[in-house]
Amino acid sequence: MKHKTFFWFFLPTAAAMLVFIFAPIVSVVMQSVFLPHEAVLVEVENCGPFGCTTETAIDQEATDRLRDASPLGRFSGLELYFDRSNLASAEVAEIWRTTESWGAFGSELYDLPFYRAMAFTLTYTFTVTPLLIALGFFIAVAVNSVTRQIRGFLIFFSLLPMIVTPLVGSLILFWMIDARGVLGNLISYLANDPGLSLKASTPLMWISLIVYGIWSSAPFAFVVFYAGLQTVPQDTLESAQIDGATRAQQIRYVIVPHLMPLITFVALIQLMDNFRVFEPIVGFNAEAHARSLSWKIFNDLTGETQQLSAAATTSVLTILCVALLLSPVLVRTWRDFRGKA
Amino acid sequence: MFLRNTVAAAALVVSAGAAFAGCGITDGRVSIVGNEFPAIQTVGANAVACAGDSVEVTTNLTADHQSINLPGMQGDPAEYTSAIIANSSIVALMNNDVIRPLDDLIAKHGGDLKKNQIITIGGNAMAVAFMANAQHLVYRSDLLEAAGLEVPTTYEEMLSAAKVLREKGLSENPVGGAYKAGWNLAQEFNNMFLGMGGSHFKAGSAEPSVNSEAGVKALEMMKALSEYMNPDFLTHDSNATNAEYRAGNVALMNMWGSRAATLVTAEGVPQDVVDGFAIAGPMTVGGGDTPASTLWWDGWTVAKNISDEDAEATFLAMMNGIRPEMIQDDDVATQAVWLIDGYEPTPAAVGVYAAAQSGTIPYPMLPYMGLMHTALGAELTDFMQGNETAEQALADVEAAYVASAKENGFLQ
Repeated sequence: MKHKTFFWFFLPTAAAMLVFIFAPIVSVVMQSVFLPHEAVLVEVENCGPFGCTTETAIDQEATDRLRDASPLGRFSGLELYFDRSNLASAEVAEIWRTTESWGAFGSELYDLPFYRAMAFTLTYTFTVTPLLIALGFFIAVAVNSVTRQIRGFLIFFSLLPMIVTPLVGSLILFWMIDARGVLGNLISYLANDPGLSLKASTPLMWISLIVYGIWSSAPFAFVVFYAGLQTVPQDTLESAQIDGATRAQQIRYVIVPHLMPLITFVALIQLMDNFRVFEPIVGFNAEAHARSLSWKIFNDLTGETQQLSAAATTSVLTILCVALLLSPVLVRTWRDFRGKA
Repeated sequence: MFLRNTVAAAALVVSAGAAFAGCGITDGRVSIVGNEFPAIQTVGANAVACAGDSVEVTTNLTADHQSINLPGMQGDPAEYTSAIIANSSIVALMNNDVIRPLDDLIAKHGGDLKKNQIITIGGNAMAVAFMANAQHLVYRSDLLEAAGLEVPTTYEEMLSAAKVLREKGLSENPVGGAYKAGWNLAQEFNNMFLGMGGSHFKAGSAEPSVNSEAGVKALEMMKALSEYMNPDFLTHDSNATNAEYRAGNVALMNMWGSRAATLVTAEGVPQDVVDGFAIAGPMTVGGGDTPASTLWWDGWTVAKNISDEDAEATFLAMMNGIRPEMIQDDDVATQAVWLIDGYEPTPAAVGVYAAAQSGTIPYPMLPYMGLMHTALGAELTDFMQGNETAEQALADVEAAYVASAKENGFLQ
């Protein structure tokens, strides 16, 4: 493609990316290095149905003057990145000094909001991603080997979890795992423990969220792998069969290598997606047991007092983490590209 | 004299005509955001009745109102011309200066208002309250009777009653409570903490003081109560707790007055639950005199960033939303403890009345209380699950609060 053609072809995409991706990121970074103005407090008399009381309020005129003097707020540099609500450098150093064992260090660290969110987010990402790839691959191979007549129906059926809105899907599962729900009852029957409740136990809640994550994302992997399976060269497969390869060997030595670029692609997309896990935590009302980075941002934004700067800082950290997470895959893709060129 | 009568008559005709065309509003845009319990739905529906050819009235009543009302009023012109708020949520609107003083509009159109409906902050009328609310005890009189128990007036009595109910096999998890992690759990702590004589902040400052003896005792009582709750209590908000009560699983619970009237009117509630339903005042705790509850009002505000015409239209529509005639309807009268002129307390109101009369503390209207509430909601779950001590949990609350208060300029 000529450079000029490419430029005109790419221009709309580039413009959209600039406006909808780049500009918001710049705005979030700005927000994360500025703090709201210091509140000028005054004592006022408040009256209402329950009588009058003297209470503290914000002096709007004085605050307006501060706002006019520096519209962006107080410049704080990287201060927010290292305070307790994010990386908590001082607190971590303190814990490091005062704890004796790794276990104690870990549990104290888990008490800090950022590391608590990180613990679940990473566990979720690194269990859900490989399992959903394995499950998606298994479904693709299975669907590919049934007769053509029922294949369409099976494909539709396998895609259902992806069609259902994540929040709705997680709500349905949330009701099913209730102590009085279908799955909750079954599990407590199987465990022979009538008091067992998935929603009251942190490990079981984590497992529920992970199972939900695999269930809802496996169809994506399935669709991609199923499409890939249609391109497997038949003559290679046939020669493998003639050489006496079993079905497992065919998959191991012919199909998987052929699908490898697709597996990398699915891993890339899903690592990104799973790192931003959010809906199931809200749908499962799981915030007592599991919090992710996205949930932390949401929580900072939805309190009675919005904490925009803290949310912006966590957002920037999330973006950095995603970049870090994807770097091995990106480096590899880049090398492949260079190798071919 | 003749002239005056004529003018009065003409004014009457004009206003009657205008009222017919929509509550005296000639034109304007009214857009209301608020919570979604029955009383507020009634107010919203009455305001919408003002809509006409050139008057647009819309409502957005949702449980998520708190997260959308501020952004929806910060634009110029504001998307929402009125937010229905409570004494907690008005603070965020005041902090960000998005609502306007109503003194001139009240002087012009506020004839029906009682003085105690007008919320003044620093001498300016900022909101019009229309109902009072508080959390108080609701219970199953039939189950208490079967167990030979008195109606509890303290949390200690509630605890021992729960023990008896479980031992006699009358109820497996007799205590209900909206203990969902987040806002609800923090609110239950606030109740218990104030009942124990605690104070969230050091006097006259934004320095936290929840990590105190009162705080520890409040948490210990909450933990003791949770032993008698459905094990999923950290996922139960008011809706889920009400469902537990309706299903007949709960015998004693601390519930909002605004939800008490409709608690057993839902379809499919078993007859014994309907018959045994009873309301009492809020309970005290730890030998204190102050009830372990908070007093609330709900009211409406008018946005600052809108034209004066829209503000007047909004004011008139909201006045129609709370017009005294509406509480003649028996259903409407039971929906809340109305602060509106002519309201006679219904049996459903006894809990909130008892709360107001027994010296319950109003929810603190402090600019930094919202941050404290958020910190409590996030940090108390570890204690409730038995993962850390009360002191550790409260130290975490203070640390989280201090970090966010510094960030928002309330602490240096």
